[in-house]
Amino acid sequence: MRGFLLNRLSQSLVLLLIVSVIGFVVLNLIPGGPLAQFGLDPSMTQDDLDRLKEQLGLNRPLWMQYLDWAWRLVQGDWGHSFRDGAPVLDVIGRHIFATLLLMGSSTIIAIAVGTWIGIRGATHRYSVFDYLGTVGAMVALSIPTFWFGLIGIYVFSLQLGWLPAGNMYTIGDGSALNYMHHLILPSIVLALVHVAIWSRYMRSATLDVISQEFVKTARAKGLSERRILMKHVVGNALLPMITLAGVQLPSVLTGALVTETVFTWPGMGRLFLDSLGYSDYPVVMGLLMFSAILVILGNLIADIAVAVIDPRIRLS
Amino acid sequence: MTAIAANSNLDRWWNSRTARRFMSHHLALLGMVMIALLTLACVLGPYLLPYDSLYIDLRARFAPPLTGSHYLGTDPLGRDVAARLFMAGRISLLVGFSAMLLSTLIGTLVGVIAGYRGGWLGMALMRTVDGFLSFPSIFLVLALAAALKPSPIMITVVIAVSSWMEVARIVEAEVRSLREREFVQAGRMLGLSGTHIMFREILPNAIGPIIVAATLTVARAILMEAYISFLGYGIQPPLPSWGNMLNGAQQYLGTAPWLAIIPGAAITIAVTSFNFIGDGLRDAFDVRGD
Repeated sequence: MRGFLLNRLSQSLVLLLIVSVIGFVVLNLIPGGPLAQFGLDPSMTQDDLDRLKEQLGLNRPLWMQYLDWAWRLVQGDWGHSFRDGAPVLDVIGRHIFATLLLMGSSTIIAIAVGTWIGIRGATHRYSVFDYLGTVGAMVALSIPTFWFGLIGIYVFSLQLGWLPAGNMYTIGDGSALNYMHHLILPSIVLALVHVAIWSRYMRSATLDVISQEFVKTARAKGLSERRILMKHVVGNALLPMITLAGVQLPSVLTGALVTETVFTWPGMGRLFLDSLGYSDYPVVMGLLMFSAILVILGNLIADIAVAVIDPRIRLS
Repeated sequence: MTAIAANSNLDRWWNSRTARRFMSHHLALLGMVMIALLTLACVLGPYLLPYDSLYIDLRARFAPPLTGSHYLGTDPLGRDVAARLFMAGRISLLVGFSAMLLSTLIGTLVGVIAGYRGGWLGMALMRTVDGFLSFPSIFLVLALAAALKPSPIMITVVIAVSSWMEVARIVEAEVRSLREREFVQAGRMLGLSGTHIMFREILPNAIGPIIVAATLTVARAILMEAYISFLGYGIQPPLPSWGNMLNGAQQYLGTAPWLAIIPGAAITIAVTSFNFIGDGLRDAFDVRGD
């Protein structure tokens, strides 16, 4: 286990290093680079800009700038927002709860519905349900998330008036119920794609497990099909799904960004777009790096969890 | 080597097992028909409709579908939605297709070199693939699209930069497994150059998985273009794309829902079709996994 942990941890560190290099390249592609904010200020003269460039060390070779930038990231100095001067990490911190709430609730929906569709599809292979599930998953993967959101708002908010069309809560009403009410539509919208992915993987994982020897043994022992399914098949089929949950993180974050925009949800995705609109590059860069770190961390946790549950992984 | 022989002759390919399997995949055929119709409509449509996609008629604003000869209604400036939909389709399909070509090219190049050379170079290349995969693609695409000049070509490049990794992984795995096979060793023995072995001897054998991945990449590229154009950082008006047609649609959702429904339906149909075709090709080439 210790060897596995060290190995996996060093992999993540290498990945962080590469991600930071990619991030640094993106930062330097922005016109004006790190000085972009001052270029817009009419009271800044070229002399001022040159002096600032000197002060900030932007005349040094790129690799030195990179080391400096990366070292400050490690220390937690992610720069300050152009908009209100607050430290970037504080700004991100203010928006992370909303995003995690949305991602969490939609993941629960995706796992519950996807697992059910996948297992039923596998146990009733080539049935009408299985066929519709497979085709439905492919269609669901093809629907643009924001369009599904707009249709949802049109039907459930504008026509039926059942659900709010946006925001996280009604101003002046911070009750949990109010939050839940606002959460329903965006989490279903965000969940759609992942229900599709989850159900297809669950279907093939279940099929893999069903054909294994220990299931035959369980059948030979005379256990009921239901008991075999619940006790032997589902548990084993769910194991690779933990890895899948980690792998799916980037796409959940992408979906969250789009969903948050449509539903004016005050999370990280919304913050990212607002910051782009204001050319607030420190926050944009901060979110880019933060989301990648979140993904690397999520994958690390998923792999460790699988290794803890399944000794075959950590021993091989 | 058999793959090269089969590919060099269209008739033999047509009679091959792969072609027969693809032709018996109903959803894939449906997808092919849909894409053909959609492409035809986008190419010919603008010539057949009575309105120009850029013609503004403020007296005819917000006409619902089937008003006179505005078959799909008009937008907030009184422009014909049908005409715009077809012009937008040209852009969206072209961007999606070009982004696929570029990303497949990058991915194949990286994958072949990483798989064939191996060693620290292969390792570094594949870790870079992992690094790119760690970014939620839309964050990367938006940051790049906002930083660079948003021309259609630049958008295509940016989308390709965010979607070459899957092809690279597939090709790398495929090449690595073929590297030690007899025909490659024979090639080395004959004194063929590394480049020749990589691209003329090994690569043709990996063509199946590449085609499957490329088809699915078209689907994803069209979606990505729609996302960033919807958010205002993709194709810029007055040039219409399916994504930017939806850009202002949310504020008119209550009064003019067709502005949101129609372009979104076009995107969904196009992307679904490419996914169906990809699925059919996967079965036909007998490629496992997603």
